[in-house]
Amino acid sequence: MDRTTILTELKKVLAPYTENKEMLDGISEETDLVKDLKINSANLVDIIIDAESKYNIEIDLDSAEKMYKVGSCIDVIIDKMNLSA
Amino acid sequence: MRRRVVITGLGVVSPNGMSVPDFLHAIRNGVSGIKFIPQYEELKFTCQVSGLPEFEWEQLRNYITETSLYGLKGKAIAFGIKAALDAWMDAGNEIVKEETLWETGCVFGSSVADTDVIKNAITRVDAKESKKLGSRVVEQIMNSGLTSYISGRLGLGNKIISNSAACATGTQAILMGYEYIKYGMARRMVVGSSEYVDSYVFGAFDSMRVLSRKFNDQPEKASRPMSMSAGGFVPGSGAGALILEDLDFALARNATIYAEILGGSNNSGGQRNGGTMTAPGSVGVIKCIREALANANTSAQSIDLICGHLTATIADKLEIQNWVHALDRKGDDFPLVNSLKGMIGHCLSAAGSIEAVAAVLQIVHQFAHPNINLEDPNPEIIDLISANNLPTTMVNKEINVVAKANFGFGDVNTCLIISKYNING
Repeated sequence: MDRTTILTELKKVLAPYTENKEMLDGISEETDLVKDLKINSANLVDIIIDAESKYNIEIDLDSAEKMYKVGSCIDVIIDKMNLSA
Repeated sequence: MRRRVVITGLGVVSPNGMSVPDFLHAIRNGVSGIKFIPQYEELKFTCQVSGLPEFEWEQLRNYITETSLYGLKGKAIAFGIKAALDAWMDAGNEIVKEETLWETGCVFGSSVADTDVIKNAITRVDAKESKKLGSRVVEQIMNSGLTSYISGRLGLGNKIISNSAACATGTQAILMGYEYIKYGMARRMVVGSSEYVDSYVFGAFDSMRVLSRKFNDQPEKASRPMSMSAGGFVPGSGAGALILEDLDFALARNATIYAEILGGSNNSGGQRNGGTMTAPGSVGVIKCIREALANANTSAQSIDLICGHLTATIADKLEIQNWVHALDRKGDDFPLVNSLKGMIGHCLSAAGSIEAVAAVLQIVHQFAHPNINLEDPNPEIIDLISANNLPTTMVNKEINVVAKANFGFGDVNTCLIISKYNING
């Protein structure tokens, strides 16, 4: 699965957690979940739980801490998918 | 200076009405909100009827943000948000985005945090899946969950209190809000209470054998306060909310004033002298009513209507006896008496606030709502206060002063004295 596909899919994962739907439409790998999308930092754990379920992966706490930008989310998801493949 | 406390906004989520206009129509016409619940038959409950508001999550869409609504599962919180925000808007207030309203606080009560949400936590943790609970569980199982949602949405900056006093919770919340304003600690308070009786709480009451069980095939007949055939109460769910304001604060913003709270009392019989965990003692109840009148500087003779607790158990007769002693009035010289529970059941912690909303509406629109299902009044009650004082159809009458009381498990009592607003006090 390539990075562009995951980025498109991440829009759906992130949608319930941001009020800023326009910004969500135009996200790039540089988009910061908290600073740009104004996602409540407490909800990052919910996004991780949703990503785990969507990709059937387990994200450990150390990896989870890296997931603050769209690009780093994609890094972790690809990394974990490779592990479980 | 004696501050006056007025009611300027109402909101309600009731089994017989999801808005104040619908609720007003329902209580004028004696519309029941009690329905048969098939799930309760499957669960082998003896009581299989309940008062459940016709609530759908979609109704909250304009009340809280989409991200907040997503993941909200607690229905008591949902009912409370809707009632509180309806009351806020009814009072002509706006929802401010940036400021904190330091002069406005909130006292909103409930009896238990949402056990459906707690069940989810228990199931996940027991399955060793606590990691999957996510960030939204704690805010919904903490007792202050509802007041956190309300105060956060409205930006309230004064006291934010989550109170709990079983069936006296709602009236206690109103009295606390009244006191904060009266003693100058706040200028405006959002007060009320909320209850969602899920199957776990319902089952626990069912096991106490205090619920109505002989009318499962006629749900609308099941809640029968003061009647000979009353055989227990019908649990109900919902929420009621009121906006209380310092009179000067309300006048300064040209608010519509519905009524005035003249005073009230909240006490406990201490589970002595006949009072127990589950039954109110007469000494405490009578003292509570008399203190409410004294605090309100109101004579027993001026009470036009008693909106009782009157749940449809054997305690109804005792309650009427207590009112007779407390007011020192009886027979034809007794105020009108009604119980909203005939229509919506006993909404536990929400009872006091929903019934207080009904009390205010009866003052504003000058009527007494009917006691439905009172075809066979208990003769011992009739001996005390005469049948004329128990309307079975709506009565249009001058209603200036209402006594509203609730009595809860733990032998706790609250009585409010609510009056028509007179400009000269």
